[in-house]
Amino acid sequence: MTTGQSMTAAGSSSIGESRLDVEQIRQDFPILGQQVNGKPLVYLDNAATAQKPRVVIDAIQEYYQTYNSNIHRGVHHLSQVATEAYEKARVKAQRLLNASESREIIFVRSTTEAINLVAQTFGRERLQAGDEVVVSAMEHHSNIVPWQMICQEKDARLRVIPINDKGELLLEEYERLLSERTRVVAVTHISNALGTINPIEQMIEMAHQYDAAVLIDGAQGAPHLPLDVQALDCEFYAFSGHKFYGPTGVGVLYGKGDLLDSLPPYQGGGEMILSVSFEETTYNVVPHRFEAGTPNIVGAIALGKAIDYVIHIGLERIAYHEDELFRYATQQLSGLPDLTIIGTADSKASIISFVMDDIHAHDVGTILDQEGVAVRTGHHCAQPVMDRFEVPATSRASFAFYNTKEEVDVLVEGIGKVIEVFK
Amino acid sequence: MSLLRDLYQEVILDHSKSPRNFAQLSDANRQADGYNPLCGDKVTVYLKVEDGVVEDVSFKGAGCAISTASASLMTQAVKGKGLAETEELFKSFHGLVTGKAEEGVELGELMAFQGVSEFPVRVKCATLAWHTLQAALEKEAGIISTE
Repeated sequence: MTTGQSMTAAGSSSIGESRLDVEQIRQDFPILGQQVNGKPLVYLDNAATAQKPRVVIDAIQEYYQTYNSNIHRGVHHLSQVATEAYEKARVKAQRLLNASESREIIFVRSTTEAINLVAQTFGRERLQAGDEVVVSAMEHHSNIVPWQMICQEKDARLRVIPINDKGELLLEEYERLLSERTRVVAVTHISNALGTINPIEQMIEMAHQYDAAVLIDGAQGAPHLPLDVQALDCEFYAFSGHKFYGPTGVGVLYGKGDLLDSLPPYQGGGEMILSVSFEETTYNVVPHRFEAGTPNIVGAIALGKAIDYVIHIGLERIAYHEDELFRYATQQLSGLPDLTIIGTADSKASIISFVMDDIHAHDVGTILDQEGVAVRTGHHCAQPVMDRFEVPATSRASFAFYNTKEEVDVLVEGIGKVIEVFK
Repeated sequence: MSLLRDLYQEVILDHSKSPRNFAQLSDANRQADGYNPLCGDKVTVYLKVEDGVVEDVSFKGAGCAISTASASLMTQAVKGKGLAETEELFKSFHGLVTGKAEEGVELGELMAFQGVSEFPVRVKCATLAWHTLQAALEKEAGIISTE
């Protein structure tokens, strides 16, 4: 098993015994049954966004058809039903992350908004001139730019943990970067461009030696690994609903309760206040202080359904199946001529980035699409990673628990077609 | 495969593997950079324009097969052409790759890009070099982006 620190080592045999019934699971995802360009859809772009099970799609329709209403304000029946459903979703996210209190769960639009929220509240309040924020060389742009913006404003410094040729963080360099000036360490759980699973438990502990707060970008981590934020002890953990089999436009920010209590609001507006006059406004308590305006009510409720669904299947079983797929795909792709996998960390999730000799990723993507295979091509919003490996772009296949070995075979045959066209 | 064969015609594969006029032009009097942030394609177009005529043209850069071949064939097509003629050529070419072909000038070898119209997301690949050429002719400063 390559999934490292967050996985329990025990039970791989028992997991094997209760293997996922993937064919059954695929029936839960209406989109997977279709044809693209006359071929059965092989959806391998899960790191960009995951497909939605029917329970999630139904929850959206049910909300609008039977209890659409604004929350937290109405005394009428529908408002109470909607409020209850929304707050229940918060508890579901709390359980998923094993947070100690539901108020530690803030609903946001996306991982991107969660990171901006932390940069603009924690960063704005705590950063002073000369302070340092540590990120890594494998971050998505959304875990770079919000920190660059606040560092520029506060005259603070952005430091970058380098990576080796396998796409692993250099922990000794990380150790050297940490100091009394370090206020924040913001690092991804799983790299979206390389698939690397970072040793976040160890990194959080190291940061805490210097009293630095740690934000984990869990956009790729949460959908694929079991989580326990109390055991991790990170200050913040963020993930997106749409990569977690839920809808777009909703995400989760976990923050330690005491820390959130001490932070100023992010945006001003309704919901985040207790009382307003033109002289003075009293801010609401956490989490409402950070949820100005009518939130994505249906998004949160549907994400709650997605969490139920994933927990029902079991994140350990999901991680096990995806790891099997990942190993099979790595083996099959490694055997192809003219193909190089970018990102060969010892601990990897089910994301495979690759380049082909003299064939641009964009051409690979177009030809695979003709075979019904959806992969991502480009820089994956991680241009520093592309620069590090000196490639303009990569093709990326990313797997979910509804993918099969047969689909890996279609991908490999598709790459055969690519070679055929260009030879 | 037939749609793909239409897209990746022999002449396109040939020019993408061995691009013509692929060098910096030492006596260029105009140049511009083009960039497609979606796929990372970069191209620099060099021009030597004398008396309203493209006396010489070349390009450098890195990109997909479509964008490289397009730049290569473009340099061959516009060399020796007048500025108005070059502009007309781009108009016709743009019409061809977007599937809105109208009565225009003879496109010759550029007709190889007809298949691009079936792949709307690849139109930008085919037109990046042309947009960059246009910028060089207009002597626009800075980088031309497809976005």
